[in-house]
Amino acid sequence: MPWIPRGLHDGVVTTRYPRRADGYGEGFHAAVDVEPGAAVDDRAYAAVTACPTDSISIAGSTTGGRLHLDRGRCILCRRCVDICPRAFRFTSDFEVSTQQRNHLIVPDLEEDDATLARTRDELARRVRILRRSLHVRHVDAGSDGADEWEVAALMNPIYDVQRLGIYFTASPRHADLLLVTGVGSLGMIDSLAETFEVMPEPKVVIAAGVDAISGGILRDGYASSAGVTDLVPVDVLVPGNPASPFGLLHGILLAVGLLKESRGHAVRPSTNSKASVEPK
Amino acid sequence: MNGHEDTPAAVSVDTFSERVVARVARGARFCGLFASADSGGNRLTAVLAEGNSLRSEVTVVPDTTEGFPTLSTELPSASWYEREIHDLFGLKPLDNASLDPLVLPLKAGSKYPCPGSGEPASPIEIDPTPSRTRLLGEGVFTIPYGPVRSGVFESVEYVVETPGEDIPYVVPRVFYKHRGIEARFDGTSVDDGVLVAERYEGVASVAHAIAYCTAIETIAGVEVKEAANFVRIVHAELERIVNHLESVVRNTEAAGQAVAYARLTLHKERLQRLRARLCGSRFGRSVVVPGGVTGPPRLDSNTLLAGLDGIEKDIRSDLSLLMSTPSFIDRLRATGVIPPDLARQHGAVGPVGRGSGQVEDVRFTRPYSGYQLLGHQLIEPRIDGDALARQRVRLDEIAGAFHLVRQAIDRLSELAVDDADWRVPVELANGESISGKSISGEAIGWAEAPQGELLYLVTVDDGVLKRVKPRSASFHNLALFSAAFPKEVLTDFAFIEASFGVSIAGVAG
Ligand code: SF4
Repeated sequence: MPWIPRGLHDGVVTTRYPRRADGYGEGFHAAVDVEPGAAVDDRAYAAVTACPTDSISIAGSTTGGRLHLDRGRCILCRRCVDICPRAFRFTSDFEVSTQQRNHLIVPDLEEDDATLARTRDELARRVRILRRSLHVRHVDAGSDGADEWEVAALMNPIYDVQRLGIYFTASPRHADLLLVTGVGSLGMIDSLAETFEVMPEPKVVIAAGVDAISGGILRDGYASSAGVTDLVPVDVLVPGNPASPFGLLHGILLAVGLLKESRGHAVRPSTNSKASVEPK
Repeated sequence: MNGHEDTPAAVSVDTFSERVVARVARGARFCGLFASADSGGNRLTAVLAEGNSLRSEVTVVPDTTEGFPTLSTELPSASWYEREIHDLFGLKPLDNASLDPLVLPLKAGSKYPCPGSGEPASPIEIDPTPSRTRLLGEGVFTIPYGPVRSGVFESVEYVVETPGEDIPYVVPRVFYKHRGIEARFDGTSVDDGVLVAERYEGVASVAHAIAYCTAIETIAGVEVKEAANFVRIVHAELERIVNHLESVVRNTEAAGQAVAYARLTLHKERLQRLRARLCGSRFGRSVVVPGGVTGPPRLDSNTLLAGLDGIEKDIRSDLSLLMSTPSFIDRLRATGVIPPDLARQHGAVGPVGRGSGQVEDVRFTRPYSGYQLLGHQLIEPRIDGDALARQRVRLDEIAGAFHLVRQAIDRLSELAVDDADWRVPVELANGESISGKSISGEAIGWAEAPQGELLYLVTVDDGVLKRVKPRSASFHNLALFSAAFPKEVLTDFAFIEASFGVSIAGVAG
């Protein structure tokens, strides 16, 4: 069997993430960062106007205001970065998933710590039971087709999510996690709801990619629901257009409470903690 | 001269269908039928490929009439276009017997979205109750698959109708994912348009961006610099390689070839990462823009060429082993046959067409973006028309694409490029074009996407997009899907689907 030696060869390529840091290297556009305290000058203002998805806003007065960028809308078109590199730059850090919609806005908005802790604890309680192995059901609710490539990539030998006890399943009745892509096209609303309904408790939902988070470039489309967050109860949001495989993996591990939200800087569990969903 | 003739004068509705059908009878390839709102009615444009150029027939259907004489009785390949026009504009192709909703099952009383009408589409409601494309007789049963698939796939429903002993019939229902993305072009700037184009069929972002931008550049009368064209080719050919690999990957998955699946998905991932290193995006996005590109590949040519060599060597070795794995080949052979005659009548494009005897590849028959400057070999079409033939075409094209990328990189490194050469202005900052007036006009742009010939019909009015109609190869080819089914629907299904290599986003719009 000539395929066997080639199969054995694969073992060396698999990422060690999340035990070790990994990624796509400098230059990969995982998300846009905003320089905290960057002045709202003409360039910055030009970037705000040029943004095709209205992702950038100015808080406070126009002069002396603060820039905020919503990663839940950003399609990574690179205009702001080209127009005003002083205020906006790409980061290749893919650990940008969050549990709350407003956490996708950078730099951080003021927040209510108590609410934050409650959401986190509630999710942690719900998912404790899922850590042994996790069955994922993917539903395309109106994607551009690229999102599915990135989700399917999780099964290639580089990400090999089975090593973490993560399995994709065809049956929603055996699924713990619903991974949704797409803008929430009108035609998929019923099928999405049905899939969620028949999944057993406890269950978690991930909105993968800005299409699912906000509708992306189709936020106002006549056949889109501006994302799926009004269609199913979303626990974790993974930005990106589409969300990259590493970004998705971070989101999944965040959803089952094995990684924490990084909020601007990566937070890695200490090396001796078991940061994986191990089978058995 | 290869290209597109200027838009002809409109003919009367009564003679329109006849004229289109007559052109096809004289050997033209039917590329599609499209509608757009016009003063006092709807304008219909039929696009035909004659020799190495595109021609159009145009008519205006006045608001006062109920519709237009159908083309699809004589020209079955027009049927899906007529259904789409009916769904989006409410315009009736008279006597078209199968007017089932295709992309949008609008609820009675909802307003048609009419993209390009200038009015923002109002919220709509849909009514997705199953419909039947064919009249169901005694003893017919239907099995729906989807729209949620058993695996990580785009949503689509395939309804399999099994009329007793007869050959089963597969009806694809794509409207579940209709996003109304065509309307998103309306009223946006020429620059924003390319961002929409990249997301129309996201696995072929580069091809969509090129086809859209060439239409804009034709309207603006600007010439993209050679260097920018070579950059476009690098990204477009890498996109072709990964898309073709994806089709093979899905064949290996269906055949249970676990090691081959793992190896090929690994190579695909390596290519996606290489693409990200070139531009930051794993899908080559935000590179192609009206007037050129945002910049050169971010890897120096030696590193890039060395990276490509390594990946190509591994791909070639794994693919050649795969093609000599009998248990795999047997599953593809004689599976999902599209006979060459049918492919010609339908005007099948891309690997689906070239697996069934059609030669056309618009990179070389209607060259754009500098392809005419590179050496290439038109691949020899296959005539078997089965999933194996389509796969062989893709393997030949993977080899050809590597060859083209290398040439483009070499040529690029020989050029002395001025920073301003990457992108020539099509509009000045104040919305004026370089010729001193805002750009207005219409044009058809095209590209050979991995799925096949891609067309963009673009109308610009004063620097703003009035109407953009993309015609994906996925849309045109999926209409042939049901013809590929033999008796054994279930065992062959996955192979037929994989070998068509269609993206549903590009069909549903
Ligand atoms: S990169 Fe994101 S935030 Fe910046 S202009 Fe583009 S969409 Fe807006």
